[in-house]
Order: sequence, then structure tokens, then C-alpha cells
Amino acid sequence: MHPAPSVILFTVLSGAGFGYLAFLGLGAASTGWPAFWQFALAFAMAVGGLVSSVFHLGNPQRGLLAFTQWRTSWLSREGWASVATLLIMAVFAISAIFFGSIPPILGVIGAALSVATVFVTSMIYAQMKTVPRWNSPLTPTYFIACALTAGAILSATWSLALILLIALGPLQVFCWMSGDGRFAQRGHDMNSATGLHGQIRMFESPHSGTNYLLQEFGFQVARRHAAKLRVICICLISVLPAITLLIGAHPIAFGLAFALHLLGVFVSRWLFFAEARHVVQLYYGREAAAA
Amino acid sequence: MTALPERIERKLGLVIDLDTCVGCHACVISCKGWNTENYGAPLSDMDAYGADPVGTFLNRVHSYEIQPEGGGCAQTVHFPKSCLHCEDAPCVTVCPTGASYKRAEDGIVLVNEDACIGCGLCAWACPYGAREMDQAEGVMKKCTLCVDRIYNENLEEVDRVPACVRTCPAGARHFGDLGDPDSAVSQLVAERGGFDLMPEQGTKPVNKYLPPRPKDRLTGGVATAPVLPTERRDATGFLAWLDRTLEKI
Repeated sequence: MHPAPSVILFTVLSGAGFGYLAFLGLGAASTGWPAFWQFALAFAMAVGGLVSSVFHLGNPQRGLLAFTQWRTSWLSREGWASVATLLIMAVFAISAIFFGSIPPILGVIGAALSVATVFVTSMIYAQMKTVPRWNSPLTPTYFIACALTAGAILSATWSLALILLIALGPLQVFCWMSGDGRFAQRGHDMNSATGLHGQIRMFESPHSGTNYLLQEFGFQVARRHAAKLRVICICLISVLPAITLLIGAHPIAFGLAFALHLLGVFVSRWLFFAEARHVVQLYYGREAAAA
Repeated sequence: MTALPERIERKLGLVIDLDTCVGCHACVISCKGWNTENYGAPLSDMDAYGADPVGTFLNRVHSYEIQPEGGGCAQTVHFPKSCLHCEDAPCVTVCPTGASYKRAEDGIVLVNEDACIGCGLCAWACPYGAREMDQAEGVMKKCTLCVDRIYNENLEEVDRVPACVRTCPAGARHFGDLGDPDSAVSQLVAERGGFDLMPEQGTKPVNKYLPPRPKDRLTGGVATAPVLPTERRDATGFLAWLDRTLEKI
């Protein structure tokens, strides 16, 4: 799949933002000016991510229609979940910043909605049967784990941040390993795609140039590059920030750990798209052999 | 509403005969011609006269070479592909705006372009690559089964079929109600063993494909016709003299 920068920015930033909001709702929030900066950062990431997602739309001016189909569409549900979360947490933030009081029930509801929003975002990808790498319960697990890890680091919850960072590495590796073979496991190949028997190769492409399908679904990452990026990703998303937090629980350590972790999530999310293969590639003679 | 209709009265669709298709791409061109001038936004081309042209098409013809199992001659199969108007269309339910819908009366899957935000999710959900985003309009384009031809009483009755079917010079494309077991297309599918594309995706396509016949196998002996002995006829008279004289020059 084409790793569109707007979608990578959207999922990484809004994931971290909603993860942080969940922790703020569950007791990490201060009051007054410190709370202002906490919520400013959380809202900037969550809203910034959502705004960047609008840039990949062909006709963003009709965006409000996306709230109508929540009964069937995960993308529509995402609209509702994010708006509901942002509204509840806005009331919570105003209460904390201007009135110095933290309404606990509102915070718990906001936190639950924050996690639900990340879940709903992940389901946009996890529902795709056409992309076997994504079509697994591991996709929401991975999205929520990334969001909570970022939230734990930002809210300076030392022990939980460390546990989540250490758990995220193996989870990420497991997602890659189980995703690598899923395309072939599902039985998708050129024979099932065309219904023809025998050994098939594409003799002539339907078009001499490129097209929307190849631009959107034809992306292929070199395997040796992917292997290098996976190592870099694990170092940034888990190992280095965990070491940083082990050295000290100083605010600078949390800041550095967050920067490293977020960079790791960017690499991870780029791979999430770039390595995902859409079944339509089979019609263009690209077999399932590669991961 | 992007929920799929509970009951579909008719299942209009295409039957494509892979045995007959000659790969001329006439269906591709007639489809682009009709659909650029009629339903919805025109099918645009970007950089049409430049080095790297890209355009929107609703129908594409792939060509494959097949080496049959257990040896034998390789076979070329031309493979037209457009929207299969699936019964369980995943492209419909993912749409956040309700732009993508399946009609209860005839099963045709359409896009209401006035409601399409161009998010591309329906194209992601389609296993067949049947949807292409128009880069000029930013809306999703797909086969309409020529909904503006098949019910169009301003056209001659013979023309009330999809443009691709009307234009196919080989008779490889058939249009009809696949929900009616007595229809000509259903009979054809039953007779010829019509099949679904990528059935493991569970989309239940309405369009069916008819398999190509296996190529004839050689049963030993000489492959070509026996060589005829060339007849030598020596010229006589004037022509013989001319022949000899010309040889000498």
C-alpha cells in the first residue's frame, strides 16, 4: 500500500494524542497552567492528526457527510468517536485549567472514549480483507499499545511507561512475523484471482503507463530495506526509550524517550503501509511469494 | 445508506467468455467513450499527451500466459475486468458518507458522486481493482453497468445493453439477470461452468467468467502437413531458348 504521509501523520499523531488524553483523564492531569500545557499538547496532536487526514480526501468540503454512515462504516464511526472524545475531554480540560477541579467520572469516560477512538481508527485498516497483513486482531492491539505507550511516557508514569515500552518491542516483532505469511495463508494467488488453472504469468499489462490502482496498491518495499528499517524501528520504538527511562526519571529523560519513541512509531507506521500488500496486485502478476 | 439491501430483486450483471475474448480492448474504449459523456463526472486523463499519461478507466483487459499443468502448449488468455457488482459488496459498507450504494431493484453498485469525499476506502476494500479515483474530480469512478443505457427508451432496443457488451466484436460479453435461473446468461453459466473471481474473499460476485477451453494436444506423429514434392517442369521452345540465353548473360 502507498505510504501516504498524511495518513501516517494522522495515525501516529492522533494515536499519541488520544493515548495522552486517556492518561490525563485517569489522573495524570494537573490543574491551572501546567494543565493548560498538558492539554494543549494532547489536543494539538489529536486534532493535528485528524486535520492532516483531511488532506488526502478528494473533496474535503463534503466531509460532514462522513458522520452519516456509522451503522456500517468504521471511518464514519471514527468521526463520531473522535468528536465525542474531544468534546468530553474539552469540558474536562476547562474544568482542570480554569476551575482547578478534576471531575473523576468525566475523566474515566473521556479516557475510555480515547482508547475507543484509537480502536476505531485501527479497525479502518483491520477490517480490510483485501490486505491480509492488516486483517487481524493484532492491528487494533498494536495501535492501542502504541497509543498507551506514548500516553504513559508523556504523563511521566515511569513504571507503566517502562512496562509498556518493554512489551511493545516483542508485540511489534510478533505483528511483523505473523503478518509476513498471512497473504499466502489466506490462499490468495493468481489462480484464485483469475480462476484459471496452470502456471500463470502476466503476458501484457492492461495499460502501458501507471494508474490509480498501481499508485495506491502497487507499492513494494525492497525486502533488505524493510529488514533494516525493522531493526531501526525496534531500537527507536522500544529499546532506546526504555534505556533512557532506566537511566533516570527526570523530565528531560521523559522528553527524550518520547521523541525517540514517536520517531520509532513513524518508522513502524511507514512499514505498516509500505509492507502491506493488496490482493489486487495479483491481477498485475505480482505473486504472494514476497511478504 | 451504505447498508446492503436485504433482498435484491434482480441481479443484473455480465458474463465474460474467456474462451472467446480476443483482447482487442474495444470494450475498454467504448466504455471510456460512453461513460465520459454520460453518467457522472467525465473519466479524465492526466498528462494525456505527455510522457507519463494516467487516466481513469472502468474496464481493463489483462492478458495472461498460462502454462497448463502437466505440460502442453502455453495458452494466452485475455481477461477483461470491471466491477463484478458483488452481492456482498465490501466497497459499499465501508463508505462513510453513503455515496456508495447497491440498488435493491437490480443489484447495480453505484456511486453518488455528489456525496463522495474521495477518501478512497472503497477502492481499498475492493479485491478486484474495480474502482479508480478520478484525479481531476477527486471522486470515485466505477462501472455503472451503463445504467443510463439499459433503461434508456431513447435508444434502439438493441442498444439497451452496456456499451462494452454492445461493442464486443467477438461476442465475448453477455448481459442479463443472473438471479433468474432461466435467463440466457444463467443458462450459459450453467452450461459452460462459469466461475467467480477470488471466491475466498466472500464477496459473492454477480459477474461470472467462462473458462477458456484447453488447447488441443498433439497425439504423436508429424506436426506439419507432409511436404509436397515440387514439380519440375522444363521449358520448351522459345521459353527454353530465353532461359538458356538469360543464364549466359
